[in-house]
Amino acid sequence: MLGKTAGGLTWMFRYLERCETTSRLIETGFRNALTRPATASDEWAAVLDASGTRAAYLERHAAFEQHSVIDFLLRDKSNPSSVLSCVENARMNARLVRTALSREVWEAVNDCWMTLKGALGHKVQDRDLPEVLALIRQQNALVRGATHGTMLRNEIFNFCRIGTFLERADATARILDVKYYVLLPSISHIGSALDNVQWENILRSVGARSSYRWLNGPDISAMGIADFLILDHRMPRSLTFCIGKVASNLRYLALEYEAHGPSQEKVEEMLVKLEEAEIEKIFEDGLHEFILELLADVSELSATIETDYRFYG
Amino acid sequence: MSEKTSFFDELHGHGDSPRPPYGDYHAWFQGEDLARLRKKSSDAETFFRRTGITFNVYGEADADERLIPFDIVPRVLSAREWSRLERGIDQRVRAINAFLHDIYHRQEIIRAGRVPVELIAQNDAFLPQMIGVQPPGGVYTHIVGTDLVRTGEDEFYVLEDNARTPSGVSYMLENRETMLQMFPELFSKIRVRPVQDYPTRLSRSLSACSPPKCQGKPVVAVLTPGIHNSAYFEHSFLADNMGAELVEGSDLRVVDGRIAMRTTRGYKAIDVLYRRVDDDFLDPLNFRPDSVLGIPGIMDVYRSGGITIANAPGTGIADDKAIYSYMPDIVEFYTGEKAILQNVPTYRCSEADSLAYVLDNLAELVVKEVHGSGGYGMLVGPAASKKEIAEFREKLTAKPSNYIAQPTLALSTVPILAKSGLAPRHVDLRPFVLVSPKGIDLTPGGLTRVALKAGSLVVNSSQGGGTKDTWVLEE
Repeated sequence: MLGKTAGGLTWMFRYLERCETTSRLIETGFRNALTRPATASDEWAAVLDASGTRAAYLERHAAFEQHSVIDFLLRDKSNPSSVLSCVENARMNARLVRTALSREVWEAVNDCWMTLKGALGHKVQDRDLPEVLALIRQQNALVRGATHGTMLRNEIFNFCRIGTFLERADATARILDVKYYVLLPSISHIGSALDNVQWENILRSVGARSSYRWLNGPDISAMGIADFLILDHRMPRSLTFCIGKVASNLRYLALEYEAHGPSQEKVEEMLVKLEEAEIEKIFEDGLHEFILELLADVSELSATIETDYRFYG
Repeated sequence: MSEKTSFFDELHGHGDSPRPPYGDYHAWFQGEDLARLRKKSSDAETFFRRTGITFNVYGEADADERLIPFDIVPRVLSAREWSRLERGIDQRVRAINAFLHDIYHRQEIIRAGRVPVELIAQNDAFLPQMIGVQPPGGVYTHIVGTDLVRTGEDEFYVLEDNARTPSGVSYMLENRETMLQMFPELFSKIRVRPVQDYPTRLSRSLSACSPPKCQGKPVVAVLTPGIHNSAYFEHSFLADNMGAELVEGSDLRVVDGRIAMRTTRGYKAIDVLYRRVDDDFLDPLNFRPDSVLGIPGIMDVYRSGGITIANAPGTGIADDKAIYSYMPDIVEFYTGEKAILQNVPTYRCSEADSLAYVLDNLAELVVKEVHGSGGYGMLVGPAASKKEIAEFREKLTAKPSNYIAQPTLALSTVPILAKSGLAPRHVDLRPFVLVSPKGIDLTPGGLTRVALKAGSLVVNSSQGGGTKDTWVLEE
């Protein structure tokens, strides 16, 4: 496979994942604005932080007003993480690697692009927002479904999965990074109504509110959430889960290529760190520092994979 | 040309009842409901959009990708009609390859005084870098798209030979795919020769031209200028269907005297490069130095037998519009036979007598730039305004050798599905021919382009043309 193709597949799936992350962040922000209007402006700022676009936003807008934040995150093409930018980039990468995709995956991603381009052609009104956000997730799910149902489990699939999980690990880590202070015992009023709402928001932004409840019952705790999002190997957006998936796909590549390189070493090292970690210890040593280190690791791993597999000339 | 000029209609001939090739289709059509057919027509458009069978328009920043309109009424050719075309195309393509070999070696045809030397020596399409080069397998034009027009029951003319990098074959295939999906019942009733194995035939044909340094099974790759090229869909389509890699210049470099592509496991040599990049851009060391689409040094690898380039560099000299008028001589010179397919009578404006005639008859003629393509830079006399003709006259007088002129051909018509039912529109035909040391292989079918505007003779997609499925019937 061409190095360029491996890069295109990885980025196609990174962009699809990012598109979904952005839509979940909007959903969380929107819900917060409806339920706790007093904090809406802060919350929208936090949403922009989590999507890594606060600085870009402030270049165009003076205040964190709901309608402009939502529009910036959904439709602004100058924002590389907006849903529309992500979908266009995903589709552009899909065109680039079209020969590596099954016809169904190509059609799903092309449909996704056409549908969302249509839905996001005009400013989205508040009353239409839930429907549009659901459509974004549904279109993403269709691409994912076609990928699982029709793609060979070979190196092509491995690069798709690596893209998905690198992006997802990055997103979960950034959500935690923006919200870590909410989880700190020193600040939180343990178990107060305010905490509960804020914690629920974190779970919502990774689409995991009900799975958390299913595993832990109705009692939400800061440490419980952190444990769930960082270390739970059953939770498909937890850091352990995502890094584990990157690792297993890199192992398949090593087997197929009969070559074990710096990428494999780096990811195994990250995985060991996560597997040996305990949530109490993480809080003791500093949740913020732990997350920052992990973000740096993800970015280094991503660069190592690009080099090892010759994405660029 | 007066309005009374009668055109040959492929459905009705010059009469009222359908000609035999259209008999079964016409009978079927009579029993169909127009509303249902219109629905099918819009389904087809959705199908093309979903599949991404689109083309980009240059110079329109951020423009939407466009669809070439597809008409659901097939163009039908009988087995007899096809076999005559087949013989004619085979003869012409053999002659073109012999001509190219000769032109880049001993130039017998010039010595024999059949083609003037200045037409070759002063022609931009002639590449001195190809002199004395023996392309692998002796093949110059691996893929040819011969443009044909019809004016009567037995009258076919070759309009252009397209010996460089002809495009459109993906439309031939996707048009058929669309028809099979929409009208399966027609294909069980009418025996149409299949075209779907074209990519397999292409792959086989290209592999048969592997270079001397090839080891084992030939590795084939398709070279595209990239995703912004108007024919990118076709490039990826062909690579996909051949199981070949789709590469860009930036994926390639010279490694150990071979052209190699950057894979996830390191550089891997390519044996046959089906390039969809023009000669000029192929090698910045040998041609345009500012090209970023090509591979520096590929010509040296080519000359040393390290790679096959399809089509070979320099084949453009064979489909040059100034050379075109000599094609009947060229065919006769190399095959010893009279040309089976007719050439359109062509006035070379470089010659004083011809120029005088052309200037006197601009309103009846089609005047083309010698190096133009895509229907741009040409004058269609009968359709042009007085002002357009006057402007063109100036250009022509200023640089006569830049132009050729031809009589306006009465292009045949084929029905399309219009608002009120079937309506005749002018068409041309581009069959696709593969050449390998094993022989010439013509896929039974081709791309029929149709001028969708009533009365229009311009079929180019850039100027409002559409396409149709082309059926060649079994014996």
